[in-house]
Amino acid sequence: MSAGAMGETAKPMLQVVDLTLRYGALTAVDSVNLTVSAGSRHALIGPNGAGKSSLFAVLGGTIRATTGQILIDGEDVTAQNEVGRARRGLLRTFQHSSLFMGLSAVDNVRLAVERKEGSPLRPWPSRRRDRRVTERAEEFLETVGLTSRRDDIAESLSHGERRQLEVALVLACSPRLVLFDEPTAGMSAAETHRFAELVEALPSSVTTVIVEHDLDVVYRLAQRISVLAAGRLICEGTPDDVRADEAVNEAYLRAGRSEEPLFTDRPASLSVTRPDDEENEVPR
Amino acid sequence: MNLSSEPASDGGKPSTLLEIADLVSGYGGSLVVDHVTLDIGVGESVALLGRNGVGKTTLLETVMGWVRPTAGRVLVDGQNLAGAAPHALARAGVAIVPQGRRVFAPLTVEDNLRIAPGRSRTRRAEVRAGEHRTWTVDSVYDLMPRLAERRTNLGSQLSGGEQQMLSIGRALLCNPRLVLLDEPSDGLAPAVVEQVGQVLRTLVDSGLTLLLVEQDLRLAFDLADRVVVMSKGCIVHRATVPDFRADGHRARELLGIG
Amino acid sequence: MTSTSGGPSPTSASIERPTPAGGVGASSSRRSRARLGRLVGLAVFLVLAALPIFLAPYPISLAGRILAFALLVVSVDVLAGLTGLPSLGQIAYFGVGAYTGGLVAIHASDNAFVQLGAGVLVAALVAAVTGAVAVRASGIVFLMVTLAIGELTHKLADGLDAVGASNGLAGIPPITLYPGGEPLVLAGVTYWWVLLVFLIGFGVAATVSRSPLGRSMRGVREAEPRLAAIGQLSYATKLAAYVIAGAIAGAAGTAWTVQTRFISPGDLAFSVSAIALLSVVLGGAGTLWGPVIGAAVVVLIRDWVSGYVSGHGELLLGLLFIVAVYALPNGLAGVASGRLRRRRAAMAGAPVAGEGQP
Repeated sequence: MSAGAMGETAKPMLQVVDLTLRYGALTAVDSVNLTVSAGSRHALIGPNGAGKSSLFAVLGGTIRATTGQILIDGEDVTAQNEVGRARRGLLRTFQHSSLFMGLSAVDNVRLAVERKEGSPLRPWPSRRRDRRVTERAEEFLETVGLTSRRDDIAESLSHGERRQLEVALVLACSPRLVLFDEPTAGMSAAETHRFAELVEALPSSVTTVIVEHDLDVVYRLAQRISVLAAGRLICEGTPDDVRADEAVNEAYLRAGRSEEPLFTDRPASLSVTRPDDEENEVPR
Repeated sequence: MNLSSEPASDGGKPSTLLEIADLVSGYGGSLVVDHVTLDIGVGESVALLGRNGVGKTTLLETVMGWVRPTAGRVLVDGQNLAGAAPHALARAGVAIVPQGRRVFAPLTVEDNLRIAPGRSRTRRAEVRAGEHRTWTVDSVYDLMPRLAERRTNLGSQLSGGEQQMLSIGRALLCNPRLVLLDEPSDGLAPAVVEQVGQVLRTLVDSGLTLLLVEQDLRLAFDLADRVVVMSKGCIVHRATVPDFRADGHRARELLGIG
Repeated sequence: MTSTSGGPSPTSASIERPTPAGGVGASSSRRSRARLGRLVGLAVFLVLAALPIFLAPYPISLAGRILAFALLVVSVDVLAGLTGLPSLGQIAYFGVGAYTGGLVAIHASDNAFVQLGAGVLVAALVAAVTGAVAVRASGIVFLMVTLAIGELTHKLADGLDAVGASNGLAGIPPITLYPGGEPLVLAGVTYWWVLLVFLIGFGVAATVSRSPLGRSMRGVREAEPRLAAIGQLSYATKLAAYVIAGAIAGAAGTAWTVQTRFISPGDLAFSVSAIALLSVVLGGAGTLWGPVIGAAVVVLIRDWVSGYVSGHGELLLGLLFIVAVYALPNGLAGVASGRLRRRRAAMAGAPVAGEGQP
């Protein structure tokens, strides 16, 4: 199997090998390769319709890939569904907050702790054991800064607070790998900042993959970035690598038909093909 | 609220048709449109640019009444319609050509056009006063002969470009003064974008006011007088098209990979 | 706090927000609410237990039938209110319990406990088998499947000669409480047994509600996909809820039979399922005690008040249902807790947090 071409020395926590997703004639994800080393933070970006959401859904286990493999810590999980992947330590957040809305914040996290460390099917209460589960849940709430909202119904939390609760929920499952799905969408600047701090403070045992539109957040958090355009991986590297990459800029600044330059001070801003790598040509 | 940095609309009446003041909106408590202020004069054509997820579509949907704002005003001809139902916006002369076209698939082209609302009572008076032309199904067919050829085809049988034209035609039949367009080039081949662009150019030339969200910069520059760039829910840059095109670095910073 | 290995510990990233006015108050208000609830529960139990002293045989038997029906309604609430699985089929397990109790009484044993045990066991078994299929569905499909189960059981009872077919089981002997004991013929004494069964059944439901399983059930109700995303299979939770609900309904069935000493297919009609679901909605789904009150209101209106409105009891019921849906989104239970909250907020002068968990 092909490891990342960037010469990873750290052990890969996530490996995506030639992943393809096809809907009939439409190829949403086209032979994507991805390697994320343990403990690192990796971002997945790309312009509209690049296939990020599809790739995310395949990684999370909600959609089955057409071909290709997904490995977590060396173990092939391609055939596993959401539940199976969650049990192997792959957790995802949801864009449209799918929390247990009618339950309090602590009860939300309790469900995750119970599932991980308790007996979620026990039909009678046990003071000692239930107390311990509650305490663990409270720890996670404190980690994300929601202690003061412990008993408040998830529905009554602000958007940013719900996102914090999501993180608490995910952390309570002791994940090895967390997939964040546009986590700062709909957040104010202050909430975004708080969220970024939260992610930065995650323990090194947690590997993070973030799909994001907000490039400030991406550049702040990501150690490596993969850029998708039209379903294909067009660039992978450090934030500086990606910023300088012509193909990436092409993909973002859709030039359309290229008779005359769009911008008068940059006559060379159109269709530059890298001589060595055909894969990086922006498909038209 | 009129910003002095806004270039005055050239020619015609200097009156403001659409005034968005400190608008705040989002879905389910989230913050997507963050205190946006924007004026569009009669006959102007403004392109709304920005990367994905910055709130462009939400802004249009809030103006049209599909999303309820939490704060701010949307004034159409001086009348505040923030939070009003979409049909109130339509009656005030605002029409939208939404992203993804959203034509009625089981209906024919003809039916799609015929169910668009007719001339309202108030607007008939305006029409008699000669303020702006009135659109009929036939005049829509004149503008877009391709639609006439396909008048008996179902919405689902049309190509992307034809659907886009149908969507535009449907909006025109509301006899709008202001048309909101959300990424008309989305998913269309370059040649088709060209055709749609020609139709839109004709409309712009006829004096229709446009607020256009676009990622295809060539189309945007073709149609607009000025551009407004959004980032994370706010407007971060305003310029005329010539000025914007002269500053590629700025554009790349705002729209590219940063 | 107990320290555990692994997992993140509080870090400098936990940015504390200032405690809002209702924050600390919320948990103490919950505790005092629980205390109040226990007091009210005790008072209600005492009143119910004392009824045979004050009431004539007919009202007593009505009260007994209300209790049995209320227990059936509790079983519906376990599914609909706690787990988010509205069901129109609990009558099937009620029927299984009732018929089993009757058959045991006729052919095997007078003993009330034996009849109860048999009824619960058989009902639970049938619930396990049918539930294994039913809970694979959700929403409208699940509702239709349970409706089918209810109707199927109704038809079976009507057709099977072994259980009396359309004539039902008659001549069921009265129960005894211990071997060689006196048969209980007095309406009041039988009523006490029914009250006991009701309390046991309600107790089981309340215990489950406060257990990890109960929390998992609420998780299924609130956001089933989310449960999957944290690695929990919802199927096991739903099946467990279904079997428990079936067992409770079976107990209710045996409680019915010991009073009426007659069970027929007519008692398994669809209208009973409908009324039961209505009671849950009226009383406040998920609270368990609310639907009990709802059940009482529904039966009283249909059977008692009906006499005063020249038999238009069911019309009144329909109107009540419409009012409940529009004006009482959380049922009668919601009204009670709403009023309590407002008074407390007025006293404390501070905003109180959102709906507490039942």
